[in-house]
Amino acid sequence: MAGTIVFEPDDRYNAFLSTATAGPQGSGTLSGVMVAVKDNISTRGIETTCASKILKGYVPPYDAHVVGLLKAAGATIAGKTNLDEFGMGTTTENSAFGPTLNPRDTSRVPGGSSGGSAAAVAAGMVKVALGTDTGGSIRCPAAFCGIVGLKPSYGRVSRYGLIAYSNSLEQIGPLGRTVSDVSTLMGVIAGYDRHDSTSQNKPYNHTPKADIKGLKIGIPAEYFGKGVDPDVAAVVKKAIGRLEELGATTVPCSIPSMEYALAAYYVTCTSEASSNLARFDGVRYGPAPDWKKSWHDAFQDVRGSAFGAEVRRRIMLGTFALSSGYYGKYYAKAQVARRNVREDFNRIFRDVDVIAGPTMPTIAFKLKEKSDPLSMYLADILTVPANLAGIPSISVPCGTSQGMPVGLQIMGRMFEDERVVDVAYAYEQAVN
Amino acid sequence: MTDPDGQVIVGLEVHCQLDTKSKLFCGCSTDYRNDGPNTHVCPICLGLPGAMPALNKKAIEYAMKVAKALNCEIVNEAEFSRKNYFYPDLDKAYQITQYDKPLAEGGYLEIESDEGGEKKVRLTRIHVEEDPGRLVHMGNAERGKYSLVDYNRAGIPLIEIVSEPDMRSPKEARKFLNKLRATLEYLSVFDSEKEGSLRVDANISIKGSERVEVKNITSYKGVEKALTFEVTRQKNLIRRGQKIDRETRHYLEARGVTQSARSKEQEHDYRYFPEPDLRPLRVKSWVDSIVLPELPDARRERFMKQYGCSLSHARTLTGELKLANFFEQVVREDPHGLSPLAATWIADTLIGELNYRDMSLDRVDPAAMTGLVRLLKAGTITDKSGVEVMRVMLDQRLKGEAAETPDAIVKRLGLTKSAGDDGALIAAIEEAVNENPKALEDYRNGEGKALNFLVGQVMKKTRGKADPAILNTMLAEALKKRGV
Ligand SMILES: [Zn+2]
Repeated sequence: MAGTIVFEPDDRYNAFLSTATAGPQGSGTLSGVMVAVKDNISTRGIETTCASKILKGYVPPYDAHVVGLLKAAGATIAGKTNLDEFGMGTTTENSAFGPTLNPRDTSRVPGGSSGGSAAAVAAGMVKVALGTDTGGSIRCPAAFCGIVGLKPSYGRVSRYGLIAYSNSLEQIGPLGRTVSDVSTLMGVIAGYDRHDSTSQNKPYNHTPKADIKGLKIGIPAEYFGKGVDPDVAAVVKKAIGRLEELGATTVPCSIPSMEYALAAYYVTCTSEASSNLARFDGVRYGPAPDWKKSWHDAFQDVRGSAFGAEVRRRIMLGTFALSSGYYGKYYAKAQVARRNVREDFNRIFRDVDVIAGPTMPTIAFKLKEKSDPLSMYLADILTVPANLAGIPSISVPCGTSQGMPVGLQIMGRMFEDERVVDVAYAYEQAVN
Repeated sequence: MTDPDGQVIVGLEVHCQLDTKSKLFCGCSTDYRNDGPNTHVCPICLGLPGAMPALNKKAIEYAMKVAKALNCEIVNEAEFSRKNYFYPDLDKAYQITQYDKPLAEGGYLEIESDEGGEKKVRLTRIHVEEDPGRLVHMGNAERGKYSLVDYNRAGIPLIEIVSEPDMRSPKEARKFLNKLRATLEYLSVFDSEKEGSLRVDANISIKGSERVEVKNITSYKGVEKALTFEVTRQKNLIRRGQKIDRETRHYLEARGVTQSARSKEQEHDYRYFPEPDLRPLRVKSWVDSIVLPELPDARRERFMKQYGCSLSHARTLTGELKLANFFEQVVREDPHGLSPLAATWIADTLIGELNYRDMSLDRVDPAAMTGLVRLLKAGTITDKSGVEVMRVMLDQRLKGEAAETPDAIVKRLGLTKSAGDDGALIAAIEEAVNENPKALEDYRNGEGKALNFLVGQVMKKTRGKADPAILNTMLAEALKKRGV
């Protein structure tokens, strides 16, 4: 131990749900570094709520694998950051404890669901933060807040201790102001964990390199088509032009399976969520039910009142999709669509090294702008394909539109996280 | 109308706890029965948010042993699924089990049919799953004040063995279970003596009628009892011209009856889907490396060949691993000389005496049993005395008294068999004849029964020590002497 580190944040954006005022400073790669941790990642002795009333007061008796790694690397846990309840949202407005504001413009959302982590980094409260990305939840807020966020390849970072929303899609990943910071944090958290059977023995020992000469970049038509703000598209195209100047070549391509990507994504994540969140029944977590009623009625009361509207909606959608008679129509079909997305990427990656496009179709929304769920779901269209395929994807700031940051998204082959980091780093170095 | 005397059709779903050291998805010890509630738990088996299952390979190895022993086909790719339902003993609100991709399919188990001879009961599948926790109701489930949950049992590995509806009587169902238990014990993957290690659901119908599922049978004897109750219930309904409802019923062990489950329980939609936190199991290539020990059928054949046991004795002796081991220990020093008597005395006499005392075979000293068999073989004591010696031996064990050797017991009780020149026997015969002139008269009049009566009287007087053959000869001589 190298002493104590004091943390006195001015949390004007409601980025944190809980903060440590002081913490031990360890020795290691992250010695002296304050790291914010999204509040769906279990921290021993620190309340972990997933921004849900149902987990209010829940203090995990164990650390998530990544939290153990942070501590071992000497980092200090600054606190737990706000999110859309259980990660379900794209704005961080679906938090039971109030929305997080975008530090770049407080009338706008920071994106989500890792909005608290992104805002904490963007506001300079912490150097780096951990987020989780199920369908864009790291990359979206990184783009909206003008910072860097990496969704690692599925299996590269242990999910043990991450309170599951959609197990087959989500990954824990780093957010930071620079690609180097993100890469350093990735180096700490990646690697095999015997507690996570889906984790891979692929540690990340990489220093970003700016040389991208000869790199082939695929430019999917779908990422610049309908629904994508033309101004955002123009900013991203210009950034890709910059990559060409650095020696990369671009190849037009197409991901036809994207037509079904959103549907496949929402069927999969709501199905898994309906099962994952079933344990929150008032027996062990949440407000005590009225036990004079039967079990099932008591469970219903608790779940009906302690979950937010979006969580209830997704639980119902998922329950429906898994019901007997509908499983084949929905869940099974979604898995087929998912395989098609993976195959499309495999095909494209035979010809190109990375795929580039906008992270989000628009700049950060105004608070309460996305009031109907469907238009919010549509905002995930450019981020969910990477989750469906499991491939690495990074968002790096690449300019502004209407004064708000725009993110350049770079997706790579499975387990080639190093390469997407390098491309982002090359761009970042060229423009700074 | 369905024939009330129609064929009984039974299929079983048997859940057995695999006797691994740690639980199915975490490192918690499975040895929880002597410890307090919720002492063998961790974030994983408590289903804490964020905890993930990591498969215990030993449990899969055990399950594969069972599958191989039961002649099943190990599938190319097995998969775990979630079975979703709300119940307070289920901490994740889903059970990790196997659904459409079980570990093994097909297979069979041979049992002795009701007609005698061997019969194959076909198996549908074998799959692996986790045990839920346990609820302890304070009062009863409906009116009790509250229930307590113990998660020590949560995550204990189970295998579910599903049979085809190939059994034709409650008795065959019990035989199936006994044979299955023996097989699992021979494989060293199961301990039938652990409380709650076995649970059975049975499907039973009378040919032509709907099928009824009886749940919650937790003992070997319970299966036969529950099914016998059901056969009677269903046949009575049919006789009265009523229809059998397709339904789930619970077996109430204490009352020996089945009771219709609430209809809510029958409408479950478990919403199965593949467990995303575990990878598919590709273990087919393991099968060849699994070496099976000698199984009950093979041991039965060996007992007949090696020890000259009758089929029925061999079946009984090999029907339980412990019993088979016990027998072999008893005859080890002199297999040829001791086996015939040992087989009879263990299979016919000892088991009965143990059951009568509700006593476990563990408490019987094989060396003492060898001693007893030797005494019988040498003709030192009569069969009747043999039983007496055995009873003394067992009672001493049961009461925790100092255990005497069979020799010491014989000596102490003076049970050595009387020989022909035994004065006591001659005196006893004289006495019996003198005391029972009526019997003598009857015998003279040709009533054979009178002789048996006199033999009995002499036996009483000698407390069973007299060798029946010698006694008969001597008594006949004594009667002849009196001109009878
Ligand atoms: Zn455990």
